[in-house]
Amino acid sequence: MHIVVCVKQVPDTTEVKIDPETNTLDRSSAPAIINPYDAHAVDEAVRLKEQHGGKVTIISMGPPGAVEVIKKCIELGADEGYLLSDRKFAGSDTLATSYILAKGIETICQDNPFQLIFCGKQAIDGDTAQVGPGIARRLLIPQLTYVNEVTAVDSAKEVITVHRKLDDGYEVVEAKMPCLITVEKEINQLRYSSLPNMLRAARYQPHMLNADELNADVTNMGLKGSPTSVAKIFAPEQRGEGEIIAGSNDETINQLIQKLSDQMAK
Amino acid sequence: MPKKFDAIVVGAGMAGLAAAYKMSSEGLSVVVIERGDYPGAKNVMGGVLYRSMMEELIPEFWKEAPLQRPVVEQRFWMLDKQSVVTSGYKDESWAEEPYNCFTVFRGEFDRWFAKKCEEKGALIINETLVESCIVDDGKVIGVQTNRPEGDLYANVVVLADGVNSLLGKQLGFHREWEPQQVALAVMEELKLPEEVIEDRFNLEPGMGTTIELFGQGTMGMVGTAFIYTNKQHISIGVGALLSQIREKQVQPYQLLENLKQHPAVRPLVRGAEPVEYYAHLIPEGGYNSIPKLVSDGVVVVGDAAQLVNGIHREGSNMAMTSGRLAAEAVIHACNMGHFDRDALSSYENELNNSFVIKDLEKYKDASHLLESNPRYFNNYIPTANMALREMLTVDGVSKKQKQKKLTKSILGKNGLFTLGKDIYQMWKAVR
Ligand SMILES: Cc1cc2nc3c(=O)[nH]c(=O)nc-3n(C[C@H](O)[C@H](O)[C@H](O)COP(=O)(O)OP(=O)(O)OC[C@H]3O[C@@H](n4cnc5c(N)ncnc54)[C@H](O)[C@@H]3O)c2cc1C
Ligand SMILES: Cc1cc2nc3c(=O)[nH]c(=O)nc-3n(C[C@H](O)[C@H](O)[C@H](O)COP(=O)(O)OP(=O)(O)OC[C@H]3O[C@@H](n4cnc5c(N)ncnc54)[C@H](O)[C@@H]3O)c2cc1C
Repeated sequence: MHIVVCVKQVPDTTEVKIDPETNTLDRSSAPAIINPYDAHAVDEAVRLKEQHGGKVTIISMGPPGAVEVIKKCIELGADEGYLLSDRKFAGSDTLATSYILAKGIETICQDNPFQLIFCGKQAIDGDTAQVGPGIARRLLIPQLTYVNEVTAVDSAKEVITVHRKLDDGYEVVEAKMPCLITVEKEINQLRYSSLPNMLRAARYQPHMLNADELNADVTNMGLKGSPTSVAKIFAPEQRGEGEIIAGSNDETINQLIQKLSDQMAK
Repeated sequence: MPKKFDAIVVGAGMAGLAAAYKMSSEGLSVVVIERGDYPGAKNVMGGVLYRSMMEELIPEFWKEAPLQRPVVEQRFWMLDKQSVVTSGYKDESWAEEPYNCFTVFRGEFDRWFAKKCEEKGALIINETLVESCIVDDGKVIGVQTNRPEGDLYANVVVLADGVNSLLGKQLGFHREWEPQQVALAVMEELKLPEEVIEDRFNLEPGMGTTIELFGQGTMGMVGTAFIYTNKQHISIGVGALLSQIREKQVQPYQLLENLKQHPAVRPLVRGAEPVEYYAHLIPEGGYNSIPKLVSDGVVVVGDAAQLVNGIHREGSNMAMTSGRLAAEAVIHACNMGHFDRDALSSYENELNNSFVIKDLEKYKDASHLLESNPRYFNNYIPTANMALREMLTVDGVSKKQKQKKLTKSILGKNGLFTLGKDIYQMWKAVR
């Protein structure tokens, strides 16, 4: 079984700062890390490989420095990694990103067709959750989003069964492979990488692919291929402190009703 | 993938990285195992990095390494409760290539140094703890890590695991350090704008200064305090013998607060925003505490070997030099194909011939003397302050009268004999 995992390098948003004057992310303020959901996607792919045999290939679009997150994936047990990096990709929105990744997947799977593509649920910086579905649509394969458990893979029948997370429970869904899956963090607990995998990752050099090598239409890439226009970016205002109404029951209920009706009157 | 490396280095600090850089430059297969998230993540230093020892590994490293400021001035302060006697030395030539020393952040510097090792072919494995050495028939043949399938083998293991060196202890090279063999140091990084730092410390743009403080800075305990300038931060720290900190029952952060409140220090750090706080041990046992350095299949370098000159706050340079000399011995051993104690013994010989052991030997009694004789810190520093206060306060008393009063006060406390003895002993300890 050939499993491709899409992995994005993101700024660690727990440490990122917003420039108060320009309202933009100060990316230099935060270290670059692997998108946390994507790490779970890699781990799940490696678990399936351990059960069913095959190969796990990582693909990422990003600046040259993103080789580090691919190496991290090798630590987690992936076999190969490809970095799509080119100035022509710069400024891509989700539409263009999914185009580039789909073309990349076609290129690297020419001789070894994939059965599964894994993505994270969403990226912690862009947060759109659009790239996975975008890739599935472009490759014309089924998609299973928000998956928190893979329950069965039947390689003979080429069918996968998963749990999709819902607000109040989960649904059990089957899909024909090849298909694309986006994962929740609960899907697994990241394992501590083995020392042989750490050594392999320390030596590993990912394959690099540029725009010309993708056999793709450059007008669908980068700023040209990105219809998204950003109207305004702002940091949300800090929410004010809550208020606790203390006292006996009747009293507090009356106070609460009074406050609510004041608010409605405003 | 080779199952066995030429060398495993435990710890990506100055000592381990220096050894790894040298060995991989000579084509040895080297793996460095570091428990922190990245090299330098756990490493604490004021810190002044000495140019010449680093240059023996990477010539003109200052052109690309992440450094803070070249140090152009070194000041020495003797603090009493609300006064200070100052001295120092400033040299314009230190502001030019090849420089004398630099302030650095170890988090940045070690990461860069590790990258240079990788360029030479060394593998750096982070987030991995070495739990023990694998010993076969009395010979170290590898290490056991906390990872699955975590055993790793090599001809030589270089122990660069820092001041505590649990691995050295497991091998019986040293015992648990006594509280008088280590100092506990705490330090803070305080953020200030570049120009403010340059104004307050009287510096040309980009240049740096260091201040070593004795006396009240450590509340009279044996130790020192320091203030170093970085680009946009001041590093301020204080360390004292663990035995004395315990005895006096002071909290480490109190030491630092006390220092920052001193009238001579307060204006330097005013309005600065604390951004990091560290605590770390420093080896202070000196020459008399040096453990076994070489055994079959293993060498010990840097803080793990207690190679720190506390009197001159030199540690990183000794770490680098010991790492480099150990690497040369390993390279030599590889050429011969033997890795026993004899084959590696050139490390010990070379170290003995270097400034490292010579300096440590020279000062071998100094720390002990300062510890066992409280007069140096508790009497003589206040006396020096008092003497200058007397001579420089213009109050109508004649100078002759003042000198008389001074002599009486200096001798009155301990007598001429004690003073003579103390001077002689100190001279003997550092001569
Ligand atoms: C309003 C807005 C404006 C933007 N403007 C710009 C801009 O002007 N210039 C610019 O450069 N960017 C811009 N971006 C960012 C860019 O569009 C997205 O970061 C990128 O397309 C991925 O989308 P996402 O981060 O929402 O990923 P999601 O769709 O949330 O990611 C889901 C999953 O897709 C996969 N994935 C996503 N991105 C990659 C990748 N690069 N490589 C491999 N796998 C990946 C991962 O598996 C990830 O877990 C903008 C984003 C938004 C929301
Ligand atoms: C507050 C302070 C200020 C100082 N100021 C100066 C100064 O200005 N100038 C100067 O020259 N020296 C200074 N020193 C001393 C200097 O920091 C040390 O001498 C120097 O860092 C020693 O280098 P090392 O490589 O031997 O040890 P370290 O730098 O301590 O490195 C040891 C490494 O080993 C790792 N490690 C430990 N155990 C294991 C294990 N079992 N498995 C895996 N990894 C492990 C640690 O994480 C660490 O990265 C100062 C020290 C302190 C505490």
